[in-house]
Amino acid sequence: MKASISWLKSLCPTDLSIDDIVRRLTMAGLEVDGVEPASKPWTHVVVGEVLSVTQHPDADKLNVCEVTDGESTYQVVCGATNVRAGLKVPFARVGAVIGDDFRIQQAKLRGVDSHGMLCGADELGLSDERDGLMELPDHVVTGSDVADLLSLPDHVVEVDLTPNRGDCLSITGLARELGVLSQTTVRTVDCEAVDPESDETHDVHLSAPEGCPCYVGRVIEHVDVTKPTPMWMVERLRRSGIRSIDAIVDITNYVMLELGQPMHAFDRDQLVGEIDVRMAHPGEQLVLLDGKTLTLSDDVLVIADQEKALALAGIMGGEHSGISERTTTVFLESAYFDPITIAGKARRYGLHTDASARFERGVDWQLAERACQRATALILDICGGVPGPVMITDNEQALPTLQVVTLTHARIKQQLKIELASETIQQMLQALGFDVDVTSDGFRCVAPSWRFDIAIEQDLIEEIARIYGYNNLPTSLPAQALTMAAVPEAETPLMRLKHYLVDQDVQEAVTYSFVDPAMQALLGDGVQGVRLANPIASNLAEMRRSLMPGLVEAVRHNVNRQAPRVRVFETGQCFVSSGDQLDQSERLGIALYGQQAPLHFSGDRLVDFFDLKGIVDGLGMVNGGGSLSWSSGEHPALAPGQTARVSINGQSIGIVGRLHPRLARELDLPKPLFLADLNLSPLLSGQVTAFKAISRYPRVLRDLAVVVDDSIAWQQIVDAVESLGDSRIQSVELFDVYRGTGVPEGCQSLALSLSLQDPEKTLDDVAIQEMVDQVVRTLGEQTGAELRG
Amino acid sequence: MDNLQSIQEEALALIESADSLAHLDEVRVKFLGKKGLISAQMKTLGQLSAEERPEAGAKINAVRDRVTASLEAKKDALERDAETQSLMRDAIDVTMPGRPQEVAGLHPVTRTLDRLNRLFASLGYTVATGPEIEDDWHNFEALNIPSHHPARAMHDTFYFDDGRVLRTHTSPVQIRTMVNEEPPIRIVAPGRVYRCDSDLTHTPMFHQIEGLVVDRDISFADLKGTIITFLNRFFEADLDVRFRPSYFPFTEPSAEVDVQCVMCEGSGCRVCSQTGWLEVMGCGMVHPKVFEQTGVDTTMYTGFAFGMGVERLAMLRYGIGDLRLFYENDLQFLNQFHG
Repeated sequence: MKASISWLKSLCPTDLSIDDIVRRLTMAGLEVDGVEPASKPWTHVVVGEVLSVTQHPDADKLNVCEVTDGESTYQVVCGATNVRAGLKVPFARVGAVIGDDFRIQQAKLRGVDSHGMLCGADELGLSDERDGLMELPDHVVTGSDVADLLSLPDHVVEVDLTPNRGDCLSITGLARELGVLSQTTVRTVDCEAVDPESDETHDVHLSAPEGCPCYVGRVIEHVDVTKPTPMWMVERLRRSGIRSIDAIVDITNYVMLELGQPMHAFDRDQLVGEIDVRMAHPGEQLVLLDGKTLTLSDDVLVIADQEKALALAGIMGGEHSGISERTTTVFLESAYFDPITIAGKARRYGLHTDASARFERGVDWQLAERACQRATALILDICGGVPGPVMITDNEQALPTLQVVTLTHARIKQQLKIELASETIQQMLQALGFDVDVTSDGFRCVAPSWRFDIAIEQDLIEEIARIYGYNNLPTSLPAQALTMAAVPEAETPLMRLKHYLVDQDVQEAVTYSFVDPAMQALLGDGVQGVRLANPIASNLAEMRRSLMPGLVEAVRHNVNRQAPRVRVFETGQCFVSSGDQLDQSERLGIALYGQQAPLHFSGDRLVDFFDLKGIVDGLGMVNGGGSLSWSSGEHPALAPGQTARVSINGQSIGIVGRLHPRLARELDLPKPLFLADLNLSPLLSGQVTAFKAISRYPRVLRDLAVVVDDSIAWQQIVDAVESLGDSRIQSVELFDVYRGTGVPEGCQSLALSLSLQDPEKTLDDVAIQEMVDQVVRTLGEQTGAELRG
Repeated sequence: MDNLQSIQEEALALIESADSLAHLDEVRVKFLGKKGLISAQMKTLGQLSAEERPEAGAKINAVRDRVTASLEAKKDALERDAETQSLMRDAIDVTMPGRPQEVAGLHPVTRTLDRLNRLFASLGYTVATGPEIEDDWHNFEALNIPSHHPARAMHDTFYFDDGRVLRTHTSPVQIRTMVNEEPPIRIVAPGRVYRCDSDLTHTPMFHQIEGLVVDRDISFADLKGTIITFLNRFFEADLDVRFRPSYFPFTEPSAEVDVQCVMCEGSGCRVCSQTGWLEVMGCGMVHPKVFEQTGVDTTMYTGFAFGMGVERLAMLRYGIGDLRLFYENDLQFLNQFHG
């Protein structure tokens, strides 16, 4: 809502400075977004009258004019096409200053002396459009100050209203608030009844009273619609951001700004039979004022005659029945439309209008008749005409009722921690338009008909807090009983896991939860993700099923920017649907690409599967030491032979592997990319350590090399050793893998280190040899391993 | 006996002047070897009487011990010199780069959220989370935003065909908590939220943190105190904070919170549009309709809630000028937030 300060002060005559007005409105919840001057600043611009116009001797497009300011006559050279003898225009004499530094000086234009400048509205900062000289009405006095004529200087405040404060979408509403905030008595707009001068009426039927419980109409005959809108009205409209169209439309807009009641004017001669306010017929068409054709559905309220829909109720009028230059009889509409009926319809059709903005939020349902009187008076003043009687068609049951809300002192004290005198509260609320009775423990308040946001006690508490000033209210911290928080030791905090990864030089990334469906198809498991009905872009249309699409994009972004090494991880919800079920659990994704370590003179290499496996195994250590088990795995996006399934306690938690080289080529990634996609929760629920006694006897290490077939997995070796169930074998570790001379084709030599320790005694050579022999025998039986000679 | 004294002096002088282990060994042989001068002195003892012998023997032994000790000290010194020289031959350039042990960083949103969580944890708040694909009831209806409500226009909502939505705020977590738990409640709910909006200052996904306190006798004063304390702790500065009346369907009274601009300390700059104030969060007393929807007894309990945008706080805290950087995942940006 844009409002001129001078208009506001005409209803609320306060001495407050503009800065104070802005601050008080803002601090009372009517946030002022901006303050602009209503025009350029200027001095010494007066009404000049053009006495004569002659062609410039040396320039086709210039005229030499004689202009009077009522005292002297000046020769002025002017290039505007609308200059003519008898015209009254703003005249900047020599010495006048326009804007910050444009000083009018005596000048020669193509050899002819010019003593001043005739001004266009744009030159004075009164219009954004260049449209010749600003033509002033004939009745203004030559020589008078143009600034006085236009109530300048003035400022325009733009108030950003919250949706609950539709009552402030008018000068009257804002003035009422400012009156309370500045303790000024506010003047009300004169809406005295205009007596009918004819019996002319037009019947109205309310077929949908829930949508339109009250419709005020009035016929005005013999209206001269060609009369110009008075300058003061054009200026007030302009300062509120509304362009002048014609006198009738301007008057309806003016009343809307002044009082808050949107109105519409029909050309009565275009109406066929009685007006019917009804729901649209499904598929019914309507051509709007702006020429657009809408196809309506049956939840849309329309103003119709007996033939067709004429207007979209509370939103926009139709082309056919609007005022034209041939109009002589006007039918004025001033109605109350139900907010819920209007809400969302303007949005649906992409028509955000001044009327819909007001009806959606709620227009004072007791205002329609007064607004009709006000508009009638203005029309008669400006365009003349013969008014018929005001016709009110309403349905009392469907009209809103006045809200009665009680408020107690105790509640005010509990919520705001202040105690105010009854009279203070009563005065505050009365100034806001409430009808207030003092009761034994508080107040009984009747909310005014323009306040759609008052229903409960808390709404009144907010009003009191708002007027008292939020910043004047006391502050404290909540009193609370001390309790000790649970610290579940088996749960690993997510931040612990993140810090671990960061310490492994893996950077945290955050990617969008919606991804490119093509990317997800490429990197996914062949199942489509959940689709958004209204994605913001086609490449952000599908909810991610894993973190891989986002992380691969993040890797590509950095590879395209010459990063030699990209290591990123992300945690977050992924969205996996099966039937009606939607799993939204959190996952962890890791991507490693490029050099294993930052460049160093001691040498470097590319990252490989075992780098990522090591990092993932470390997640188990972080999570209370639980170990992960690995088995060969498959995934459509990962390279066969370099892909593993990861499990905890026999339960698969995800997949780790190398991006398939075919996809890497397609995605312009020249080096191998390794990816992990894991369920997060098993990695955060470990166990509390159960202490085991440590042995006091020496530990013995025994190395041996065995030759096995290439098809034997290391895990089978480990399993075979564990199958012995010998608790004295503490661990078996792999310290070398060899293929080549001395090892048969298709086989590999594995160098193992056995760690042996007895909890009860020192192991002697005989016992050690027995254990090693046992291991070799079992490996032979279970994996075909042979001791390497 | 004079002879013995001069032997000692000679030996000590020779030890002192020895400049290699080989030379030192020659000295040892000359004095302490089987045919050495001190050994020769020992042999002369036999010529002395039994009374004279012990005293003379002791003198010779003293000289021998003295020379032996000196020899060993010198040997040790020479060995140390030799090792030092050997180490210096293998000296490395210690100014060359160390073998990199780089530490990456957390995303600035995570860093910020972690600080927020810890600040509120110190006041006894626990962290609550909820699903990002929400139903209409949790995201709107229970928060007193029915389908026709003008506030729906404030939320540019992403929809799914089945009517579910991507949560437009973290407030549904309030609802889930109040439905499932009995007061007293003190939670913060951090997480991703979504709005169908994308331009210089909006990304379609961003993060919020929401706070909720429900207990007996919670007042607007408690809300104000909590917010002021929080903002001063977060920005680690004593900043002016102001509360402006505002509107949220799920709180009444409602407030927007402005903090004195952290860039210009309130004197006016580009970041605060010359106002000296930065709008950082919304808050208010929980609306009784929200309590009704979630089954909280309004005769016993009141509460407050607040919510804020995490990226905005991070931008102000770190001086980041462009929101879009948060989701490009450019390492040149992310790498700046180490540890």
